[in-house]
Amino acid sequence: MSFGKKISMAVGLIAALAISACSPSTPDDPNLKILHRGNSGEPLSLDPHLASGTWENNIIGDMFIGLFTENAAGQPIPGMAKTWTTSEDSLTWEFELIDAKWSDGVPVKASDFVFGLRRILNPETQAQYASLVYPIKNAAAVNAGKMPGSELGVTALGEKKLRIELEYPAPYLTGLLTHYTTYAVPEHVVKEFGSKWIQPENIQVNGPYKLDSWRTNDFVHVVRNPLFYDNENVCLDEIYFYSITDNNTAERQVREGRLDVNNDFPGRKMDFLNKELPGYVRVHPYLGTTYFSFNTTKAPFDDKRVRVALSMALDRDHITKSVIKSGYIPAYSLVPPGIGNYPKGAISNWASLSFEDRKAKAKELLIEAGYGPDNPLQFEYTHRSTGDNPAAAPSVQSDWNSIAPWVNVTIAQIETQILYANLRSGDFTISDGGWVADFNDASNFLYLMETRSGSMNYSRYSNPEYDTIMDAANREMDMVKRADMMMRAEQMMLDDAPVVPMWYLVNRALVNPKVTGWVDNIVDLHRSRYLCITE
Amino acid sequence: MFGYLVRRFLVAIPTLFVIITLAFFMMRAAPGSPFDLERPMPAAIKERIEASFHLDKPIYVQYGYYLKGLVRGDLGPSMKYKDKDVADLIREGLPVSATIGGSAMLLALIFGGILGSIAAIRQNSGVDYAVMGFSTTGISIPTFVTGPILALVFGVYLHWLPSGGLDRGRMTFTHLLLPVLTLALPQIAIIARLTRASMIEVLRSNFIRTAHAKGLSERTVLFGHAMRAAVLPLVSYAGPATAALLTGTLVVEQIFALPGIGRQFTIGALQRDYTVVMGVVILYAALIIAFNLLADILYGLLDPKVRYK
Repeated sequence: MSFGKKISMAVGLIAALAISACSPSTPDDPNLKILHRGNSGEPLSLDPHLASGTWENNIIGDMFIGLFTENAAGQPIPGMAKTWTTSEDSLTWEFELIDAKWSDGVPVKASDFVFGLRRILNPETQAQYASLVYPIKNAAAVNAGKMPGSELGVTALGEKKLRIELEYPAPYLTGLLTHYTTYAVPEHVVKEFGSKWIQPENIQVNGPYKLDSWRTNDFVHVVRNPLFYDNENVCLDEIYFYSITDNNTAERQVREGRLDVNNDFPGRKMDFLNKELPGYVRVHPYLGTTYFSFNTTKAPFDDKRVRVALSMALDRDHITKSVIKSGYIPAYSLVPPGIGNYPKGAISNWASLSFEDRKAKAKELLIEAGYGPDNPLQFEYTHRSTGDNPAAAPSVQSDWNSIAPWVNVTIAQIETQILYANLRSGDFTISDGGWVADFNDASNFLYLMETRSGSMNYSRYSNPEYDTIMDAANREMDMVKRADMMMRAEQMMLDDAPVVPMWYLVNRALVNPKVTGWVDNIVDLHRSRYLCITE
Repeated sequence: MFGYLVRRFLVAIPTLFVIITLAFFMMRAAPGSPFDLERPMPAAIKERIEASFHLDKPIYVQYGYYLKGLVRGDLGPSMKYKDKDVADLIREGLPVSATIGGSAMLLALIFGGILGSIAAIRQNSGVDYAVMGFSTTGISIPTFVTGPILALVFGVYLHWLPSGGLDRGRMTFTHLLLPVLTLALPQIAIIARLTRASMIEVLRSNFIRTAHAKGLSERTVLFGHAMRAAVLPLVSYAGPATAALLTGTLVVEQIFALPGIGRQFTIGALQRDYTVVMGVVILYAALIIAFNLLADILYGLLDPKVRYK
């Protein structure tokens, strides 16, 4: 056979292959309501006790319901709990469970909760997020392997009656009990299949949807659980969660109609998308703050005047509105507005000054601290390599350099994961970073600045008075008094300026207007059971 | 020939071993670990997790464990995906990457070969300039530009083809066309240039003059004699290039949201998922070795001057 013939044969073969493979996309079954959700990340696990990401929470919360769950607006509502009582000292909570079943028909029992909480705290489980349930009595000791699981303050008082004892009063407990770390898992299934219980062929759930298939880096497919206690009010039959990590790719798929929802979009395209996809763009404040940390243990940042000066000299309005343009809100406090149990909040006392005044004052403070042409202020600012942080860094540098000719800042970009490791080990001078709350309560931000938070207190801020007030706030059950105490603590901390709050995060989403029931909320949780599709 | 193959195979083993060793220590030399997270876990838990992956032991002991697993064909569990092994991840991702990469390479060889030959035969004509113009453009424009443009035009605006993803996990012609095209374009360009250059050289050589002198038709001279010799440089390019395409490309997989192995590799490297990165490196190295061998065998078949000793 000649070479030419070989080539023509190969071409023919490819054409044949191509034609045989040619088939249009599988259309959705018109009798079913199916939602295609872009979920912006690949789940590392769907086991409620091993997960740690928000994108995992989106799927897990559709499959499992804890003692409490979220309503469409992300607020805690009773889930498996029917009624509950709290003891005088607020340390003992007793729950009566509703008459719910796992998807195989086995009743959900109080013992499933006991089993679940002991499981996540069992060091053998290697749960990375177990510390979230440390408010429960003896939880930390059990997790450290110093006490057996039977010592944990969680007891089944009957098939449908559960008692939880706490280490200290936790007024935010109902909110915490919506979190997947506190979920019950089906004891009978986990005992039978071990770590394989979460595979589609084994899993049983007590939520509105059950896992059907999971293709790595592609999608997780869940289908209706007819035994879910509120099944008659669930509209959608099936959900596909796509793990599309690239914002731009997801945005194209939303525009094309292949995705009904994506839980993010490229922030800088906001204006364009508002024009191009009217009615799709959703932006709402989130439970997160981007803030810089000073290493207060080392010069020059052991001097409060230097810290305050540098915090004042940053034009957050300009950076958020003209540089990043992602809808972020300039921040003058660590705790973001709108967070639970913290109606008023504190604010840096110079926040109302004009930027020019702030810059002048900053220069004065630095001179007072001994800096000037003969003693220039030089330091390195490090920032994360991901998100909007690289874009903001040059503005930060130029704001600081323009305080005076003798302020000389260099910037260095560090891989995000490494930067956080450096922050925890104290290996930095000033660095950006961020915090997104684990649950909707101001204490989840303020604890970061307590001395006992150790490596999570990046700036190593240590103020005994702050610690005392926070400790008292943790024990205060009067929510008004508690909020007031936390506010005093935050104000004290802001005046000391161990951190530079930069901007409050927002959650962004593209939601096709035909999807109903989507309520923007601060925790950015949108359970599929509340959503529907109209044609 | 058989002796040659055996010898090549025996050389491949130490090569692979050196690559595995280098990759293993380089990966560990990178700062951070798979369990340095934004939210630190309790120290006792971290220690336990690290112990379960032998990360608490000295690095040479870890290396020993890894080699021991490899000998038994075990690439180990992923350090990040709690419910999956490295072998599972490769099994899921490789078919997608290999299909896209293989199709793109095939497309590139055919079209690049044809375009390059035409350009060579009509050297310095309008056709030649057009092909070379296209080729230069194809090489210069990166896939992260062509990919999104193709997706936007054919997916979002014209609605002819899906702008990304698979059909519920199935690979279909329509879903793969855009990624394959994106991947193939620069390859077509490179192969067209290579073919043109070597074809021009071959067409000026003595054996072609002899063929013409024998009175052979233009077609026979071109396809029977010239093409066979001109294709040689292509073979040495296509071998490693195919290996690279088969193991996936991050950019195309990311732009078209495809569950391939290239994305897996990059995410693995960023998350310090040591075992996943090692698994893909080994796969890639083995493919490169295999395709180089294949290229050498093809050389022997195409070039009568080559003898295997």
